[in-house]
Amino acid sequence: MPKILKISGLEKTYSSGNKQLTVLHNISFEVEKGQTFSIVGPSGSGKTTLLGLCAGLDQPNSGNVELCGEDLGDLNEDQRAQLRNKNVGFIFQNFQLLPTLTALENVSVPLELQGNKEAVAKSKQLLEKVGLANRYHHYPSQLSGGEQQRVALARAFVNAPSILFADEPTGNLDEETGEKVIQLLFELNKEAGTTLVIITHDLDLANRTQQILRLKGGQILTNERTLVQ
Amino acid sequence: MKQNTNWLFKMAWRDAKASKVRLLLFMASIILGIAAVVSIQLFSTNLIDNIKKQSKSILGADYVIKTRQVPTERTKAIVDSLKPDASEVNFVSMIAFPKNGGTKLVEVRGLEGDFPFYGTIDTQPTSAAVSYQESGGALVDATLMLQFNIKPGDSIKVGKVTLPISGSLKAIPGTTAISTSVAPPIVIPNRFIEDTELLQFGSRKEYKYFFKVAESVNLEALDKVLRPKLKAESASINTHIRTSERLGNRYENVSKFLNLAAFIALLLGCIGIASSVHIYIKEKLRAIAVLKCLGASRKQSFYIFLIQIAGIGIIGGLLGALIGVGLQELFPLFLKDFLPFTVEISISVQPIIMGILLGLFMSVLFSLLPLLRTWYVSPLEVLRVDEQASKEPLKVRLLVFASILVFLFLFSVWLLNDVMYALGFISVTVIAFSVLAGVAILCIRGIRRYFPKRWGFTARQSLLNLFRPNNQTVVLIVAIGLGTSLISTLYFSKDILLAKTDIEQTSKNANIIILDVQLKQREAIENNIKAKRLPILSNIPIVTMRMHKIKDKLVNELRQDSTRRRRGFLNHEFRSTYRDSLLNSEDVIRGEWVDALGPNEPIVISISENLAESTQVDIGDTIVFNVQGVLMETTIGSIRKVDWQQLQPNFNVVFPKGVLEKAPQFNVILTSVTDAESSADLQRDLVAKYPNVSIIDLRQVYTIIEDILDKVSWIINFMAFFSILTGIIVLIGSVRTSKYQRIKESVLLRTIGAKNKQILQISAFEYLFLGLLGSLVGILLALLSSLCLAFFVFKEAFIPSLIPFLVFLPGITLLVLAIGLTNIRTVLQSSPLEVLRREG
Repeated sequence: MPKILKISGLEKTYSSGNKQLTVLHNISFEVEKGQTFSIVGPSGSGKTTLLGLCAGLDQPNSGNVELCGEDLGDLNEDQRAQLRNKNVGFIFQNFQLLPTLTALENVSVPLELQGNKEAVAKSKQLLEKVGLANRYHHYPSQLSGGEQQRVALARAFVNAPSILFADEPTGNLDEETGEKVIQLLFELNKEAGTTLVIITHDLDLANRTQQILRLKGGQILTNERTLVQ
Repeated sequence: MKQNTNWLFKMAWRDAKASKVRLLLFMASIILGIAAVVSIQLFSTNLIDNIKKQSKSILGADYVIKTRQVPTERTKAIVDSLKPDASEVNFVSMIAFPKNGGTKLVEVRGLEGDFPFYGTIDTQPTSAAVSYQESGGALVDATLMLQFNIKPGDSIKVGKVTLPISGSLKAIPGTTAISTSVAPPIVIPNRFIEDTELLQFGSRKEYKYFFKVAESVNLEALDKVLRPKLKAESASINTHIRTSERLGNRYENVSKFLNLAAFIALLLGCIGIASSVHIYIKEKLRAIAVLKCLGASRKQSFYIFLIQIAGIGIIGGLLGALIGVGLQELFPLFLKDFLPFTVEISISVQPIIMGILLGLFMSVLFSLLPLLRTWYVSPLEVLRVDEQASKEPLKVRLLVFASILVFLFLFSVWLLNDVMYALGFISVTVIAFSVLAGVAILCIRGIRRYFPKRWGFTARQSLLNLFRPNNQTVVLIVAIGLGTSLISTLYFSKDILLAKTDIEQTSKNANIIILDVQLKQREAIENNIKAKRLPILSNIPIVTMRMHKIKDKLVNELRQDSTRRRRGFLNHEFRSTYRDSLLNSEDVIRGEWVDALGPNEPIVISISENLAESTQVDIGDTIVFNVQGVLMETTIGSIRKVDWQQLQPNFNVVFPKGVLEKAPQFNVILTSVTDAESSADLQRDLVAKYPNVSIIDLRQVYTIIEDILDKVSWIINFMAFFSILTGIIVLIGSVRTSKYQRIKESVLLRTIGAKNKQILQISAFEYLFLGLLGSLVGILLALLSSLCLAFFVFKEAFIPSLIPFLVFLPGITLLVLAIGLTNIRTVLQSSPLEVLRREG
């Protein structure tokens, strides 16, 4: 299977006063195209840092990240932004909707950035798919947590990304709502054939993906395939 | 490209729509700043024009050309080419009243044309001012008529001509200076002058040509061109601009002050913008990081907010300009009972365009630093807050600061027309900014270092608020401090200018001059004046003399020398005085002033710069005076520059004390009356008892000047309070913006069980501290800057008022406290969940 994400020898350190704090140490792994992949580990194990590096939100101190065939080290910030716009979708624990945009406007932003004239129509379709057809013109503050995460889902899928990064997608939701969002996430993923990279504490959720990478103290503990096909 | 631009505008609009309350606060600063600048600019231009017009009534014309000899061919050619609107010839002569045989030395003024063009000839009856020309009558000085018991309708004999008296003359424009040779005036139509046969060759006379010109004529340029040409012909030019200069520094300072008010209003607006946008963009950083995550480039995210800010700047500028123009229109409507003048409104597109451009520049420039953060914010901030990551490089920050300074500098140069003043203003602003930021930072460090751990929960929380992440200490102290500083500077400067007005208005300038007081009458007249509870402001001894020899050359010989350009002084009978000190209208420019001399000491005198120039003498040269038959050799000890425009007797020759005391002399007594009745009463009394004295009433000249100064004071007060009001509103805006910083924290505190009282106390203490420190440092800075303004710009003494300390300090502190507490009212009145949801 072709690889959509290739990580090799990744190191990330932060300076804290005079001290250097190594958050990630010699990380290497690959994600296949269309695969569902989860990264698990306790708090402080470097999961979120790893996600940021994989998606080109941050740069490593050493090592390489190849996303959708592009070495992120060769791209500048704007080129990385363009790559994300075309190929990457995001879902965050705190939803991260733009508070000043309505649900419909939030969803259409990625397409509008591409200059897609169908942005509004496609966004409506997706909002309908996530069950928010009657919430187009609501602002995030007027939506419940579950609804906000569903808007985030619609936004993540609207540009038909090749890969979707989800950071604790159910972390801020109750079990029932969380489950609904996860079902929706897998459904949309299956439909679009998107590669899914999930960061989670939730082992049940991780077990529903095809591969699990376990992190501890900034190092890979295990990287195993599950039985999920 | 076009699509991308459209999207940027769409995003800017979407975001603005949802942030309208915050953006309105931001826009309010621009609107207020621009409205203040535009209205101050328009209003002050209008007012200064108004004052200029009035100042013309002092001279009665736009400009006058005069000569003390029969005009030369060249002078005639110049005058004819300029087409004078009126003319006058005047000379001193004896007149007689046939009714009672009384005679008196007067100044005969033969007028032709519709003089004055500005102001009026004040006569009794009023119609006489106009009718005397047609009816061929004379206007005779009111005191003189009183003195000789003459009534309108009686006649006056001037030389060979006898004319009926049309009315008494109370005042006539053109009495701009007092010379000791002033004699009571009589005005007759110019056509009778020749028939009087008084204008003989060699007699002293003055020819004046009065001109009225269109507003567009540049009198200063005309003055510059004509002055040297006329000087070569022993003639001179006087424009109403020069005349109005007698109003002194205050008149000149009005426009400086108004420009200062405009500059301060704009700066206040800029502070409002900077503090609003700083907090506004700070709140947007997370959303910008999300946009970057979704694929927006740095340029795109920067442009979205740049468009927003620029749009608000343009709209704010337009609204501000319209309000400014509107205010200008409304001033006369609302203030007609208070306005001491009428304001002519003129509407032009220029202030609107200026307002829009100013709004655009000030909003973009003062937002640039916070806006740059949108460029540098990392998409990673979506995942974690990383304060370090979103900092813009020092080079970029310095570049932005430099651009702001260049903008302020250019704006100041445009306003003040003076590069040095502009540089001074900018430097003071930078210093004030740095001091305030420095004080805030020191304060944060101090509190952190000496944190009072034993204090109660609420006090500790308040102090923590001052230095924990997302604190607003520096922003608010700078905003409050700079705002207070500007407001106080304006107040102090207003005081500097108005104090001067007070001094001049209450210093009892002499407005009654009693001439020809004989030595033996002196004490009696003084007692007479004192009995009426009037002050003796000055008692000046006058000794008449002529020059006999200049630098060992006989004056008679010098008169024959045709190469000497100005020979007028050689024939002059000098009315000199002696005293031991200089007047405020004179400065020694060369040599040394001598107070007094002992018996038999060589006589050292002081002469005016004009006399030194005309007689071509300098320090150490000798002049022999003929003091009523006695020759007196003197040496020139000092040369004085004399401001002849000041309404007080000035002298070409001043002797030290100890020389002329025994010479035959008479006195000039100066006093001051408050109204027409006391003036008439004094004149009646003195004239009846001492028929030889002449009295000149200068009240009307003073009334015009005081009227102008009243207006000046009114404008200064009004504009100061208008700008101060702007400042207070901007301050409210700045502190109000900080609401969004504190709400979440207060809600969280409430969620975990804090009582309303505790939340109130925490906020109250924090805002009290910020208000007190900001306003205190602000006022201290204002004290310093006002001292500089007083010294370098207004050139006046500075006695600081206590008002900023007693009113502004507690007032602004309480204002900040009140707004701060209003800010968290939302928290106290709603459920935590409701607020958290609403605030996102």
